[in-house]
Amino acid sequence: MEAILKDLGFLIGTTLMYSTPLIFTSLGGVITERSGVVNIGLEGMMFFGAFVGAAAAYFTQDPWIGFFCAGLAGALLGLIHAVACVSFAAEQIVSGIAINFLGPGIALFLSRMLFDGATQTLTVPNKIPLPLSFLFGEGKLFPSAGVMDLIFNRFATVYLAFFLVWLVWFVLYKTKIGMRLQAVGEHPEAADTLGISVYRIRYSAVIMSGFFAGMGGAAMSIAVVSRFSNTLISGHGFIALAAMIFGKWRPQGALLACLLFGGAKGFEIFLGAKGVPIPSSILAMLPYILTIVILVSFVGKTTAPAAIGKIFDKSGK
Amino acid sequence: MKLNFPNLKEQFLKGTLGLTLISIALGFILGALVLLVAGFNPLEAYWVILKGIFSRPKYVSYVIIYATPLIVTGLSVAFAMRTGLFNIGAEGQFIVGAIVAAAAGYFFKLPVGLHAAVAILLAMTAAACWGGLAGYIKARFGVHEVISTIMLNWIALYLSNFVVTLESFGRQGTGKTYAIQKTAYIDILGHWKRSKAGIAFLREHPVLWDVLKSPVNMGFIFAILLAILVWYILNKTTLGYELRAVGFNPDAAEAGGINVKRSMVISMAISGALGGAAGAFQVLGVSHRIAKLAAMEGYGFDGIAVSLIGNNSGAGSVFAGLLFGALKYGGSKIQDAMQAPTEVINIMVGTIILFVAMPKLIRLILTFKGRGGKS
Amino acid sequence: MTTIDFSCKAVEMIEIVKKFGDFTANEQISLTLHKGEVHALLGENGAGKTTLMNTLYGLYRPTSGTIRINGEEVAITDPNVAIRHGIGMVHQHFMLVNTFTVTENIILGNETTRALGVLDLKTAEQEVAELSRRYGLTVDPRARIEDISVGSQQRVEILKALYRGAEILILDEPTAVLTPQEIRELASIIRNLTQEGKSIIIITHKLHEIKQMADFCTIIRRGKHIDTVEVAQVSEQDLASMMVGREVSFAVQKAPAQPGATVLALKDLVVEDNRGIHAVDGLNLELREGEILGIAGVDGNGQSELVEALTGLRPVTSGAIEVQGRSVTHPTPHAIINEHNIRTIHEDRQKRGLVMEFDIAENLILETYFQEPYSRGGVLQKASIYQAAEQKAQDFDIRPPNPLLEAKSLSGGNQQKVIIAREVSNNPRVLIASQPTRGLDVGAIEYVHSALVEQRDNGRAVLLISFELDEVVNVSDRIAVIFEGRIVGTMDARDADENEIGLMMAGGSS
Repeated sequence: MEAILKDLGFLIGTTLMYSTPLIFTSLGGVITERSGVVNIGLEGMMFFGAFVGAAAAYFTQDPWIGFFCAGLAGALLGLIHAVACVSFAAEQIVSGIAINFLGPGIALFLSRMLFDGATQTLTVPNKIPLPLSFLFGEGKLFPSAGVMDLIFNRFATVYLAFFLVWLVWFVLYKTKIGMRLQAVGEHPEAADTLGISVYRIRYSAVIMSGFFAGMGGAAMSIAVVSRFSNTLISGHGFIALAAMIFGKWRPQGALLACLLFGGAKGFEIFLGAKGVPIPSSILAMLPYILTIVILVSFVGKTTAPAAIGKIFDKSGK
Repeated sequence: MKLNFPNLKEQFLKGTLGLTLISIALGFILGALVLLVAGFNPLEAYWVILKGIFSRPKYVSYVIIYATPLIVTGLSVAFAMRTGLFNIGAEGQFIVGAIVAAAAGYFFKLPVGLHAAVAILLAMTAAACWGGLAGYIKARFGVHEVISTIMLNWIALYLSNFVVTLESFGRQGTGKTYAIQKTAYIDILGHWKRSKAGIAFLREHPVLWDVLKSPVNMGFIFAILLAILVWYILNKTTLGYELRAVGFNPDAAEAGGINVKRSMVISMAISGALGGAAGAFQVLGVSHRIAKLAAMEGYGFDGIAVSLIGNNSGAGSVFAGLLFGALKYGGSKIQDAMQAPTEVINIMVGTIILFVAMPKLIRLILTFKGRGGKS
Repeated sequence: MTTIDFSCKAVEMIEIVKKFGDFTANEQISLTLHKGEVHALLGENGAGKTTLMNTLYGLYRPTSGTIRINGEEVAITDPNVAIRHGIGMVHQHFMLVNTFTVTENIILGNETTRALGVLDLKTAEQEVAELSRRYGLTVDPRARIEDISVGSQQRVEILKALYRGAEILILDEPTAVLTPQEIRELASIIRNLTQEGKSIIIITHKLHEIKQMADFCTIIRRGKHIDTVEVAQVSEQDLASMMVGREVSFAVQKAPAQPGATVLALKDLVVEDNRGIHAVDGLNLELREGEILGIAGVDGNGQSELVEALTGLRPVTSGAIEVQGRSVTHPTPHAIINEHNIRTIHEDRQKRGLVMEFDIAENLILETYFQEPYSRGGVLQKASIYQAAEQKAQDFDIRPPNPLLEAKSLSGGNQQKVIIAREVSNNPRVLIASQPTRGLDVGAIEYVHSALVEQRDNGRAVLLISFELDEVVNVSDRIAVIFEGRIVGTMDARDADENEIGLMMAGGSS
């Protein structure tokens, strides 16, 4: 019994750990797509954020500065995407593809410059702290490696992610800004006739989504592991996008979806640790197969914001 | 029937060719700026790249060899784009094609020429299923092909890694499979150049010798043939007409009686087949086996760039593929030559794609410059 | 007893010019609106009426000219400025967010909030209820827009303007979606508003509504100001002539119909809409050769779903479709067109009718590209295709008659001609024409009507579905009225009584 609980604790803990980067990025996806702009460049933003986060954390020795810088890095790419899509009516998916080249390109370029030609950073000395250990001391609140410890003694980023889910939900559904954002994504012309600046809201949304994705990347590189490498972010941005779709563009839905995918990864590690005789390659496929199965089984067609992807053009007026 | 053609300059500027070339130029300028800011001399870097491409016949040959898979994945993406679909899955289709080609090349024993043909066809069929699956998921369940193809990419990657570990196929402990039979090779003069007679001949002909130092193979020729085939299908056949109609306006196509769902599946299947062909050419012509991959090699993603830069056309894919191949090959040399990160090429490509996506911006720049020039 | 205060000019638009690149949409148009006045802005589709009002509302900036509100010159740079000056606009295509409630739509951009921007919907709902009572515009503040009727949606739009303190209201084609009863209700709402001191501009091309509701009328033709008249002093005929620039006859020239056998029969047809509701709810209809059957009804009573079911674009839930006595089940669009020879002019030509990026020739073969002579063995025969296209362009007066032109470069009328050319060739057994003259100018409308009559004279069966009652009455031989997915009355067109039809369209009975 004790063993089963411990296994469960391990599973939950690992799920939380791996879901967190996805949650940040997926929230970013919710924000931008709710405003009507498709952003498949989340992967590139996450990649760039992961690098900048690790690099900044390494040089300043402070993980929170690193985390914040990661957000800024993602926001920078978000700005580029916003300029292209909002001001210049670019094809949004193509712009996203460009970001997916630029993000890793700039990240690896800087990596080579700053870390002596390598495509990975050096180990970050201080990772994101574990608040429970910090507050109560190691092993004091819950026995180390006990069930509760495994579940709750997590990086601060995990708690932050859950808080942000609530915050995004609140802002989106309970505030004036959130209502305007939704309006812009559903019927930008209506918002326009009421004097709401569609451009300004979309710019803000896209830049914010970059910030979130950047944080998501850092949640990988200075929490889950303690360095950035060029294989660290491999498709996570796209999984976050799938989570957003599966979550029907709602923050709470995205959270559940991310937990599911994080769980698949956690399950993969769990089976590996247990020495189950399934080849690691097959296990690694699990999250991706799961994504397709879920999208196929559960998602209806018409829940996307009505004006998504359509260009809103005020020029010539 | 008199048609008013705009004058050449107008056509150039308004036409997509002009915009593409300007986007490419802007990409190069930005690359130069990035190098400058990082403390490198952009002219020196570009010179290294140029030398790395043109200074020896071997280099030119390598560019063509590097370009071949890019051209074909470019065709794959371009075909899907023309029919209204975003095939981000060329990477996975490439891998599937490579797996099947490597397996068919190793396990079968067939005469020269036939062996390669069978391997290629099987590879294309398997990859067609891989792509068609994404098309089916979209048609039946409404799942956007961007997401499903990306997931299939990862599944293909891990499938490939798994296959490499199989005892019957992979040499245990090396992370590579056994090489394909010699009869499956599509190299040009591959055996001859190693034979005594060949070496003797080549001593007398240094240019040819230099060229043959690279793995010259039929892949490029096949790529050109596929480009022509793609052009033909899209523009000359009823199938192409259907696919283009669906690509431009699925509602009108449906109202006209075209089976939109079936078109989506067929389009993704053909697109997949092309991606698989790229993988097959790479295996049969260059690597002759498959190996365990730590990450995706990027042929499929680069194919997206090639397609976008080449304006989603057959001819465009060929030229953009060659450009990209040249940049990748030449760009790899600046790392060793001057410690300048090769990723500047990725930044350049990303910039070019970004500008290609914003024709409004370029037109704005041009009119602005025009007005400034007048006053 | 007039409500107009001639001493106060609420709006003056002086010599307004609006250009989009080389195209001049408004050429020196002047318009004066006094306080308490109802002023109609009359013109054909594309004359420039909406452009002028969008300029007044700040969605466009005028190329030149002056605007004065209550005597003071203003620069209306965006809708916020217009709203501040008391101008409100109800657009032709409603600017409502479907997933929001009535209240949320009304307060959008002007939200009632507590601290930190948190929404206070309770207070807002109360305010909306109060406003609704005061002006007699009944709405449910909590209802979602996608769940309420079109008439209610229009009331929400008007409330939106009033909520922001509009004194000047611009209504763009307000009666397009209303039954005759609802139009009478709107007229009385407008009267109430002017009695409260509001000033109103109505954009319309409906002549008897101008006579019903407006005090003055400004006529615009092709961007130019033709005249401003006092409505009581002119006839509908006068207005029509000014609008079009020549004598207009409303009646459609046609010989009496000679109907033959029943070609299409619908029995207890039930079709669901996107939300699972029975849009077509037990519909019975018979269509005969050689007649034009017009279906009259207000938008949203199942017409769209009916056409989609008949063309194979929407599944039939229950009931039967019989073509020449044979039951047709689960038809695909391909089968409808090729096996049953039923051709359709869809209501949205840009969505269902044409591939805008294809040229005229490619559009003409949209349904026949796989047949000889257009293709052989899967390969397109370009010569045959373009030759046939040139011929059709001549026969159907498509301008310019160049088969290489992209469809998107054609005018609305010519786009419709391409569609007609395509659907009418190959002698269809049944021709369905759904909103065939939407967005067309008078010349093109005449062309389409004569094409429909020609088909009927050749022995075809024509099913006409239109939201314009005039069109249905003038063109059809027989009329059926649709209400909530059922046919509630049929009559010979010669016996048609507009009031009676209007009553049926609204669900009443005489």
